[in-house]
Amino acid sequence: MTNPIHNRTTAEIHAGDTLPTLSYDVTATTVVLGALATRDWRPMHHDKDFAVNRNGTKDIFLNTPNQAAWFERYLTDWTGPKGRLGKIRFRMRDSVFPGDTMAFNGTVEAVETDDAGCGWANVELKLTVGDKTVTDCTAKIALPVSEADNPWKRAGEDWKP
Amino acid sequence: MSDEIPAEVEGWIGEERYAEKTEFPIEMGYVYTSCASVENGNPLFWDEKVAQELAGGPIAPPSMISAWFRPHHWAPGRTKQAQPLQVHFDLKEKLDLPEAVMTDNTITFGVPVRPGDTLETCQILRSISPPKTTKLGTGRFWEIDVVYTNQRGEHVGTESYTGFGYKRGA
Repeated sequence: MTNPIHNRTTAEIHAGDTLPTLSYDVTATTVVLGALATRDWRPMHHDKDFAVNRNGTKDIFLNTPNQAAWFERYLTDWTGPKGRLGKIRFRMRDSVFPGDTMAFNGTVEAVETDDAGCGWANVELKLTVGDKTVTDCTAKIALPVSEADNPWKRAGEDWKP
Repeated sequence: MSDEIPAEVEGWIGEERYAEKTEFPIEMGYVYTSCASVENGNPLFWDEKVAQELAGGPIAPPSMISAWFRPHHWAPGRTKQAQPLQVHFDLKEKLDLPEAVMTDNTITFGVPVRPGDTLETCQILRSISPPKTTKLGTGRFWEIDVVYTNQRGEHVGTESYTGFGYKRGA
């Protein structure tokens, strides 16, 4: 039996709310799966010898588009399937390697409704490994303003991320 | 390294380059592979009924946007390996900076990408920094926009990348 779907509305969230932590033990398979899923064939994401001796890193590491996929998954785990990404920005400060336990955390910075009636949450996100922040991320994600609302139906002038 | 940027490279700033179409129509196989790689159980991507109800049919996760334009690693008749984000590799070559990493990435999302869509893109170099030294080495930062549209001309998204091309320290 699957869990019932819950779609979080803007009425349920407030600035300062924290998102539940997502922790994940990264393996070489995690890195390679992510690289292949994003069609990124560059060797630093699957060839340790290249990563160490050419790039000067300690191992292969998660690629940028796969980090985007992790952030999206983290956000929509929280919002439910009506959550629709409008904008995401991330800055990589370091890399995520096999053997790391990565942790995603987030804080709602603002909740707003734009002039088209679309509800938005601005969320500050961090990807950390131990005490080290690996990636900082800010995301703007649309949430329904009521149970009947659905951000995925928005287009044209009604979608202004 | 010299402070001078070659005139040819300066001329790329603001220019739409490398207009291209996806090598294959959008398909759900890659959507499932992407979701599996990050253990994303969002029913919007796995359950046709939910997809129909919420989005009028199956869609791809917005974060997959750049994946659709990464060329096959090999294709018949291709004599040189095709590179995604070719402007980035052009900069590495012309500025003689053999190594590079991406430091910032901003993506703005438009209409959803659906199976069967064929997308178009172009790359626009926005800026190149003066020489900088980081823990990786000495080189330059650059900003590149990648703009995506679908077969109806609708804006699908824009990615803005900041890259750092460098030579490793001695």
